Amino acid sequence: MNKLLITAAAAAVLMQAPQALAEVKVGMITTLSGGGAGIGLDVRDGFMLAIEQSGRDDIEVVIEDDQRRPDLAVQLSDRLIQSERVDVMTGIIWSNLAMAVIPGAVAQNVFYLSPNAGPSPLAGRACNQNYFNVAWQNDNLHEAAGAYANSAGYGNSFILAPNYPAGTDALTGYKRIYEGDLAGEVFTQLGQTDYAAEIAQIRASGADSVFFFLPGGMGISFLKQYADSGVDIPVIGPAFSFDQGILQAVGDAALGVVNTSQWNKDIDNPTNAAFVESFVEAYDRLPSLYASQGFDTANLLLSALEVAEPSDADAFRDALRAADFDSTRGPFEFGANHHPIQTIYAREVVQEGDIFTNRIIGVALENHSDAYVGDCQM
Amino acid sequence: MSTILIVEQVLNGLQLGVMLFLMAAGLTLIFGVMGLINLAHGSLYMVGAFAAAAVAGATGSFLLALMAALGAAALAGVLIEMVVIRRLYKAAHLDQVLATFALILIFSEGTRWVFGSFPLFLDVPDALSGPVTLPGGIEYPLYRLTLIAIGLAVAVGLWALVERTRLGVQIRAGENDREMIAALGIDISKLYTLVFALGAALAGLAGALVGAIQSVQVGMGEPVLILAFVVIVIGGIGSIRGAFIGAILVGLTDTLGGVFLPELFKLFMETGAAQQAGSAIASMGIYILMGLVLVWRPTGLFGARG
Repeated sequence: MNKLLITAAAAAVLMQAPQALAEVKVGMITTLSGGGAGIGLDVRDGFMLAIEQSGRDDIEVVIEDDQRRPDLAVQLSDRLIQSERVDVMTGIIWSNLAMAVIPGAVAQNVFYLSPNAGPSPLAGRACNQNYFNVAWQNDNLHEAAGAYANSAGYGNSFILAPNYPAGTDALTGYKRIYEGDLAGEVFTQLGQTDYAAEIAQIRASGADSVFFFLPGGMGISFLKQYADSGVDIPVIGPAFSFDQGILQAVGDAALGVVNTSQWNKDIDNPTNAAFVESFVEAYDRLPSLYASQGFDTANLLLSALEVAEPSDADAFRDALRAADFDSTRGPFEFGANHHPIQTIYAREVVQEGDIFTNRIIGVALENHSDAYVGDCQM
Repeated sequence: MSTILIVEQVLNGLQLGVMLFLMAAGLTLIFGVMGLINLAHGSLYMVGAFAAAAVAGATGSFLLALMAALGAAALAGVLIEMVVIRRLYKAAHLDQVLATFALILIFSEGTRWVFGSFPLFLDVPDALSGPVTLPGGIEYPLYRLTLIAIGLAVAVGLWALVERTRLGVQIRAGENDREMIAALGIDISKLYTLVFALGAALAGLAGALVGAIQSVQVGMGEPVLILAFVVIVIGGIGSIRGAFIGAILVGLTDTLGGVFLPELFKLFMETGAAQQAGSAIASMGIYILMGLVLVWRPTGLFGARG
């Protein structure tokens, strides 16, 4: 009896061995602790949901927490590539971490699929054949906000963003498409929590609209203080200050505010409906745009794995480029620089029961690429 | 640049100043009386805000939320004083920094463990929401005016406590000569716990009050902690009066610098560049102020020792 068991066990081990060799290893470095952890959690949960739904058990995902620290992210990436020998990497949320990790990773022939950060160098001069961005180029949602301001007839915007690269990119993106005048342009401090001074300037500026890019807690503070100040100039912003995780903390103050996003839970296609339903069922909260990006990233990866193994780099790259998967955003296509060409919507914050969420009110930019695609030589 | 804007910005600076004072008062008391550098003071601020958000969410009462913030922060203060801090009074400053830094990490991840990674909701109570019109046609949020009033009231209360009560005498004596007041039969370890709890409660109160107009999230205390350290260095370590003057100076410098420096730069630069250069220099404003004060008075404005 014992002998039989041992033989059976040995056979089982032998049978598993070839499968283990064919396994695909994915390294995910994302932010799971500290202030910005909500975004990393959403990306991770969306990604893992798609992997689970695929039913494939030959994909191993190694998840690491970068604590939003570039130095740590670089260390983790070296470890994942050199000792874990991952084939594909993903997960980074912040552009400064992306710039520290991605160029090095793709130079070592690892594929990188970005579920969030889309800094401009990686879309232009420093683009790489092994780097794909599934979310957006950083400027996209701000450009869409500019387009919305034009269509809403605003002609005198007050614009503000934190004084760091993504903040200057945001204002540049807005101004690239916005055609009106500027009532004021203000750079705040990164991590600033009090906006009384800026709100006073807005009040005095005579603007007819306010565009702001203040991701995370900065946006929560700004919106609450703005609502309390009695200034009633309409506000526009990118989705980063209005995602599902943040809205509950802002409460009434965000109601009716227009924001731009490439995704929303009411985009009408079967993939999206199924995604929203299964996400709520699995995690007991509504998905955010970040969760949809994680989900789409995993599905892109799965679609490419159907066609080729990452070890066959050229075939795998072609399969990724084809983007033959059902995205939560509907049809999905990569531009020449491996960044999405997509429609960006204007959404409005609404209340559904006790929950604050968004509703699409129109299209801000249709089939939009990015400003850097011309600089990319692959 | 209208008068209205200037008055509004001065009020904003005052409001930031009095909230900084709540943080700095505790920090300076703890440093002055016990000689302890407490980096975890920002965590107590966060504990106050989270306790307030949780209680406000459950009961809907802002007053109860404030009580909860005071209670929770004081309790957390007593707990860490008795478990950790007490062992550090005789240790070198570097050991204190190391241990209290560890407390920051423990508090941050502990809070995330209990409340999750997403920011919490805490709103201004209805009775205090919206703007009021001040003489001269200035519209200003009522809640911020209330913050100024509360901050000033606490400042007066603390002054009375330190200058006019027996406990205050003990605290001041503790600052000057620890051995002597122990020899006079004062239970020094109880006094330390009490002072620590008082400082913690003030930080918790600040966290709850400010949390209503900001974001209640993990790590919210650390940026304020840095400003509070600047305040006590400017004011002179251990001095409540110094903390008050320092806090108002820092609040005004930070607010007014951020608004008026870019305007100043616009006089001789192109708008975009002026904005960027102006805000860059404005963000250094309080540190330049600190440097100047230290050159003039190396122990701070009201500091007795270096």
